[in-house]
Amino acid sequence: MRYLPHTEEDIKEMMARIGVTGFEELFPTVPPECRYQGDMNIPGPLTEWDLDAHMEEIRAMMQVGPDYKILVGAGCYHHNIPAIIPSLTSRSEFLTAYTPYQPEMAQGTLQGVYEYQTLTARLLGVDVANASMYDGASALAEALLMALRLSKKKNKVAVSKAIHPHYRQVVEAYFRPTGFEVVELPYLEDGRTDLSVLSGDTEFAGVALQSPNFFGVMEDIESAAATVHDAEALFIGTFTEPLAFGLFKSPGSQGADIVCGEGQSLGINRSFGGPALGMFGCKDAFVRSMPGRLVGETVDLDGKRGFVLTLSTREQHIRREKATSNICSNQGINTITAAMYMAALGGTGLRKLARLNYDKAEYFKKELVKAGAKSVFSAPTFNEFVMDFPDGFSKKHEALMDNRIIAGIDLGRFYDELKGRYLFCVTETVSKEVMDTVIREVKK
Amino acid sequence: MKNAPGTSGLILEEPLLWEKGKKGRNGMSVAESDVPSADLPAELVGDGPDFPDLSEVDVVRHYTRLSQWNFGVDTGMYPLGSCTMKYNPKINEKHAASPTLASTHPLLTDGQCQGALKLIYELQNHLAVITGMDSVSVQPAAGAHGELAGMLIMDAYHRDKKSKRTKILIPDTAHGTNPASAALCGYKPVKVESGKRGILEVEDIQRLMDEETAGIMITNPNTLGLFEENIQKICAIVHEKGGLVYADGANMNAIMGIVDLKKCGVDILHLNLHKTFSTPHGGGGPGAGPVCVVAELEKYLPVPRVLYNGSSYYRDYDQPDSIGRVHGFHGNFGVLVRAYSYILSMGAENLKKASQYAVLNACYLKVCLKDHFHLAYNRPCMHEAVFSDKKQLEHKVSTLDIAKRLMDCGFHPPTIYFPLVVSGAIMIEPTESECLEDLDNFVEVMKTIAEEAKEQPELLKSSPERFKVKRLDETRAARQPCLCG
Repeated sequence: MRYLPHTEEDIKEMMARIGVTGFEELFPTVPPECRYQGDMNIPGPLTEWDLDAHMEEIRAMMQVGPDYKILVGAGCYHHNIPAIIPSLTSRSEFLTAYTPYQPEMAQGTLQGVYEYQTLTARLLGVDVANASMYDGASALAEALLMALRLSKKKNKVAVSKAIHPHYRQVVEAYFRPTGFEVVELPYLEDGRTDLSVLSGDTEFAGVALQSPNFFGVMEDIESAAATVHDAEALFIGTFTEPLAFGLFKSPGSQGADIVCGEGQSLGINRSFGGPALGMFGCKDAFVRSMPGRLVGETVDLDGKRGFVLTLSTREQHIRREKATSNICSNQGINTITAAMYMAALGGTGLRKLARLNYDKAEYFKKELVKAGAKSVFSAPTFNEFVMDFPDGFSKKHEALMDNRIIAGIDLGRFYDELKGRYLFCVTETVSKEVMDTVIREVKK
Repeated sequence: MKNAPGTSGLILEEPLLWEKGKKGRNGMSVAESDVPSADLPAELVGDGPDFPDLSEVDVVRHYTRLSQWNFGVDTGMYPLGSCTMKYNPKINEKHAASPTLASTHPLLTDGQCQGALKLIYELQNHLAVITGMDSVSVQPAAGAHGELAGMLIMDAYHRDKKSKRTKILIPDTAHGTNPASAALCGYKPVKVESGKRGILEVEDIQRLMDEETAGIMITNPNTLGLFEENIQKICAIVHEKGGLVYADGANMNAIMGIVDLKKCGVDILHLNLHKTFSTPHGGGGPGAGPVCVVAELEKYLPVPRVLYNGSSYYRDYDQPDSIGRVHGFHGNFGVLVRAYSYILSMGAENLKKASQYAVLNACYLKVCLKDHFHLAYNRPCMHEAVFSDKKQLEHKVSTLDIAKRLMDCGFHPPTIYFPLVVSGAIMIEPTESECLEDLDNFVEVMKTIAEEAKEQPELLKSSPERFKVKRLDETRAARQPCLCG
């Protein structure tokens, strides 16, 4: 096997040095009753070429391939990824390194993550961002737990019903053993969150809103943050589509105390939903309660600039059960990917790309309305929106599959009351021609 | 130093991203719009972030230079104990990056993504076979995440039994994540000291386990690289008191095809695909931390489960006892593709060989180095051996100095100062990827360093000298945090 370098001769020589005569003698401490019986029943070994053939069979089982136009986002977006990204991220000095525990020989990772933290902080409008969490969903759960830590005596948090349903499920799973209460805030007719439940109640540790929310609707973050702060709670701004902040005001700049969400849009493949990138930042005052790794700037013996992992006294390997989280990794190569993507786009490119996404979605929305559909929510949206079709849409949705177009997703699987309403997503990857094909089908 | 791969070379400087570039440059194509420009809601429009504008060449040179300051498994031997820095096969990368899989949207219907579901389903089965456990979920995104899923399962189990448990047993040789994961589930960790032999003693568990204790979190082989010989008796005691046994599978690379964890008495186990199953560590992630359980606990696994009905693969959300969802979608699918590709490339026979060779390599290093460095426990080790700086401290040379000197010689240092039970620990895990010549080179370099520690300790103290930076001031970084440029 090409990954295993030992020859029979090597093995003999090593065993002689150790003083054993066979592999069995290397495991004297494993009791007989713990032993694996017989051979493991798994296929292989496959040569590289047989593996290629096997994987081709698996790919052939995918009815929907890369040639489909998928007008679905819902937390996972199709954006163009420039060729420099796979080329640079596959450099194995980045890819095959461990966590940078020996900083002098990991300055590439460390400077790369420091740059990621900085660009992320600028994008989200926060003072400081960490080196990332697993994904947007777990980042939200951690943000809510952080709010509870900061508020000390409070026992409940509130989350908008317009937050990604899967994120709310993850919050529920994380919270089940804790005894803390999670209150769901309903959404209003315009698609924004109803905060009226907060009035007069100062018992919430944190309140989370997503913007753009699951319906693509831009929340009024500035006024929501003020309402939440009046209720003496921390305001958590979450997101699944960070590209929106190239055009619209970031949650941090509008008063959010903690900002977290999903960074997959920033140069990362959809890859069936993972690995993704949990972005996480907060105001300076809360840094010591923040979960996750942090890279900081320092100097070496000669006074030269360098970077190290820092503030690890918050973390599990030092604080054990008193740590701010059990997380002991970050999304490593995906943080470098996102930073590369932000660097390649630049401020000017990000603006242009965000505007393109906005304009395309607006065009599609308007034309669908002209074709007889109804926009379900009236508030402004970014690159997703919800449509209702008085004559139904499921048959047309099916028919469009023949054109290799997946035209949105029925929200009934997430919200009973929104059955038959479709959530659409349009990014720069969707041409006018594709949108016009859908519009023609709707008109039929 | 003879045979040491480390030598000096040209190191290029590279500023921070925002210290270069010029407004108006661009590094990525953005198409001109093919639709009319729409009205903007003025009250929401912002200025956009202050990002530098760089050309494509600027970005490529920037990251190429950064990468050259790094050291990976592909660069050289990386014997980082507890981390299993084995070779990361390139063919795995190719399949994970294939456009069909890499572009798959997670909300496709089951019928539209049979290939992805089949891959997950088969990987679950292979991992069950390899560990001896009954059922697997590959949703957790990392080792600590799998640990959390495992503890949520333990919590759900006791909740169903209406048994209120407040404590959990955690050996002093455990990973630091264990107590932190347990704390998220409201359990108070009770420390179990490893005995004189470096392993858990039955009497200690007998004394500490009671009906207010949810169970035990055990790492086997433990972080001293020793097999917990009393595992079956320990599990029996825990079960007798109504508790569950959670095992941290971080060290699975020592025991594939050799140990059956279910037979040991384990109820819940997590795996690190980025350790045992060769997926790259990526400078910190992403990994994957599948959670494996015995049949009785299957109903608690995260949703959606990926199942097969005899003709097609499907996602099952209808699991009322499940702990729920721990990831936004299906976990780190791209990592799963790599692990699946590795398992099929290896087959049963080579996976077992990998474990045998990993142990052979560790035992070889132990024998070759034990006269030069203090061996913490002179007992049969598994895939890693733990030494310390006890001998070198006589010359005021510490583990940190040894590690930094090793870097200048062209090796990534072992894990240092862990496990905490060994003062000045040097934890060496060579993995099966290293050939005899490289092991011998490492031994020679370590022996030379042991000599240098006696004769020229200053050389070790001033290391490293061959990198872009010398020793970095970590205290200053923590006291005057500068986390954002």
